Amino acid sequence: MPEATTAAPIAHHFSSAEQQNETAAIGMWAFLVQEVMFFGGLFTVYLVYRNLHPHAFLEGSGHLPVGLGTLNTVVLIGSSLTMALAVRCAQLGRGKGTAGYILATMALAGVFLAVKTIEYGSKWDDALIPGVRWDPWPGADPHLNLFYALYFIMTGMHAIHMLVGLVLMVFVALRSLRGRYSPQNHIGVEILGLYWHFVDLVWIFLFPLLYLLNAGGH
Amino acid sequence: MTTTMEKRRAESYLGGEYGIKSWFLTQDHKRIGILYLLGLTFFFFLGGLFAVLIRLELLTPAGDLFQAETYNKLFTLHGIFMIFFFLLPAVPAVLGNFLLPLMIGAKDVAFPKLNLLSWYLVMAGGLFAFWAMVAGGVDTGWTFYTPYSSTYANTHVIAAALGIFIAGFGSILTGVNFIATIHKMRAPGLTWFRLPLFVWAQYATSLIMVLGTPVIAITILLVAIERLFGVGIFDPGKGGDPILFQHLFWFYSHPAVYIMILPAMGVISELVSCFSRKRVFGYKFIAFSSLAIAVLGFLVWGHHMFVSGQSLYAGMIFSLLSFLVAIPSAIKVFNWTATLYRGSVSLATPMLYALGFIGLFTIGGLTGIFLATLAIDIHVHDSYFVVAHFHYVMVGGVVMAFLGGLHFWWPKMFGRMYPEWAAKVSAVVIFVGFNLTFLPQFILGYLGMPRRYHAYPEEFQVLNVLSTAGASILGLGFLLSLVYMPWSLIYGRKVRGNPWGAKGLEWEVVDTPPSPHNFHETPSVEEPPYNYEGEYTAAEVAHA
Repeated sequence: MPEATTAAPIAHHFSSAEQQNETAAIGMWAFLVQEVMFFGGLFTVYLVYRNLHPHAFLEGSGHLPVGLGTLNTVVLIGSSLTMALAVRCAQLGRGKGTAGYILATMALAGVFLAVKTIEYGSKWDDALIPGVRWDPWPGADPHLNLFYALYFIMTGMHAIHMLVGLVLMVFVALRSLRGRYSPQNHIGVEILGLYWHFVDLVWIFLFPLLYLLNAGGH
Repeated sequence: MTTTMEKRRAESYLGGEYGIKSWFLTQDHKRIGILYLLGLTFFFFLGGLFAVLIRLELLTPAGDLFQAETYNKLFTLHGIFMIFFFLLPAVPAVLGNFLLPLMIGAKDVAFPKLNLLSWYLVMAGGLFAFWAMVAGGVDTGWTFYTPYSSTYANTHVIAAALGIFIAGFGSILTGVNFIATIHKMRAPGLTWFRLPLFVWAQYATSLIMVLGTPVIAITILLVAIERLFGVGIFDPGKGGDPILFQHLFWFYSHPAVYIMILPAMGVISELVSCFSRKRVFGYKFIAFSSLAIAVLGFLVWGHHMFVSGQSLYAGMIFSLLSFLVAIPSAIKVFNWTATLYRGSVSLATPMLYALGFIGLFTIGGLTGIFLATLAIDIHVHDSYFVVAHFHYVMVGGVVMAFLGGLHFWWPKMFGRMYPEWAAKVSAVVIFVGFNLTFLPQFILGYLGMPRRYHAYPEEFQVLNVLSTAGASILGLGFLLSLVYMPWSLIYGRKVRGNPWGAKGLEWEVVDTPPSPHNFHETPSVEEPPYNYEGEYTAAEVAHA
């Protein structure tokens, strides 16, 4: 295999590739724990205000486009699949396959962000952006601003995490094309995958909490 | 002889490359530790300057030196610089960075680039806070309570908050780095129960950094959004809840106290053992008490909110849980004391600081139990009693341990010994000055003097004069260290090997000062930690 000759050597402070891989993995898991706490803080705020103002949350949720949200959920789960395939290719030493699947993941992430932009744009048109352009429909719940503020902050934080993921993907895809990964030493792809699945998982919680509050049909 | 010394120096991490770039782009954990030491020393003395101004104002009952608004900014900046840019990173980022790989037999921390990045983040955060200061200051108190910091703020809240947000990332990276390092980079044979207790303390600290810091990050972000756009998150007029801010803030900021004190306790375990020439009494109890403090620390934040409108039942639960923290803390104090018992105790400067820590931390901890008691807290809440309590833990605890550790590992870091006589004088001056500053504040608080005011009734003046006099002595003690420590880098006695005859890989195997990659070959560990039986005392070794 041509990749094997160009594969990155292990860093000087590790004694084996195995040690380097395990260290990187535990580092990423610890990082994801702090991510859970970061979003956990946001979910706590959501929980408190939904309890204080249940009606405002139902009303706000009813005006979010469930169709676009569902589409984005499917797109993002699809991107997790392509990311998993990229990791599999790296395990098998197929550098070009890895890069290709990462490219597909980036394309799906692009679709997600494009849909998100359309959603944000329609909020601008409807004057539903608290503190910036805020003029909701007559008779709206007086605390509707809290729901929409949290909608923007939570989906915004999620989108920023996707942008970070996109930057990382460019980096890993290029390294992959240069044959820097080998079946023994491809932890970079693995932990990128971990990160991306986490970002996906956050959305799996955001989607029902924001879009589906009226799904029971009352 | 001279040539071998010079050769040795060139081969150490301090030599070889000398350029600015070789320091500011270094990935060597030891150099990064030194970078942290320089940056944090600056912020410590900056925070200290504000303390001087606060104590000057409080010399007289009338608010004659500063206006109330200026005084608000002074105590806010004192708190911000001392807590976020000195106490939080001090022990982990300076001593932890330098020592952790040396103690566990690793060539570096797990992620050297992230380690360097963490330094840049903390310094960038500090510069933002500095900018907030120069631009006109912040007056919310270091706690940033809403609505002071949101609806009613008219100072540079966002710049200061952004600084803390950025520095928080540095803290998280350090935590992630240390967790991975301790799990995966230990030398062969170095099992968990052979680790120095300093490493256990760093591990517990890192857990809090990773679990707590992101919560303050999102909280600060929400305050900034609230301040910029007025969306109503913490504004009751728009449906928000300002008390929710306090919950989120203290969910991090109480555990943050343990980010500061836990690694300091780790230092004390090392010092007490070395200067008693005995194994630490109850090793496993001390190790697990660190973890217990880390876990319990997340369950007690409500004791900051006894008078904030929290329900009485929540208050009772938080009160009981807060009492529980006393158990692992007391285990440590008793075990250190038991380690001293029948040990060959020698009173070098690091040990003076360690003994100072044990006494002052005990006072700080016991007064914490007063404050965790609902009824007493309602009497002394927001009074100087609280101020005295947390200064006993933060200065009497963390700063003492930091200075003790810095003196202890100074010869390891630089290959030069600090001047013992000056250091002892400084340690005693700091101890006396500290107590004179803060003991009167317990009484002031109990008599009812509230914190955060620039003026006070005349009957409190005598105690305030005592406190200000103590602060002057304390300041002199710190300045003395600031003189003789750098002095010793040039004129200090050269040291090789193990000047204290201490146990541990960093003393027994690593060169003094260490070589760039720490170990010439991977060490293997076959004995328990602190295996001191039948050794010469530290004093005997030092004077041999």
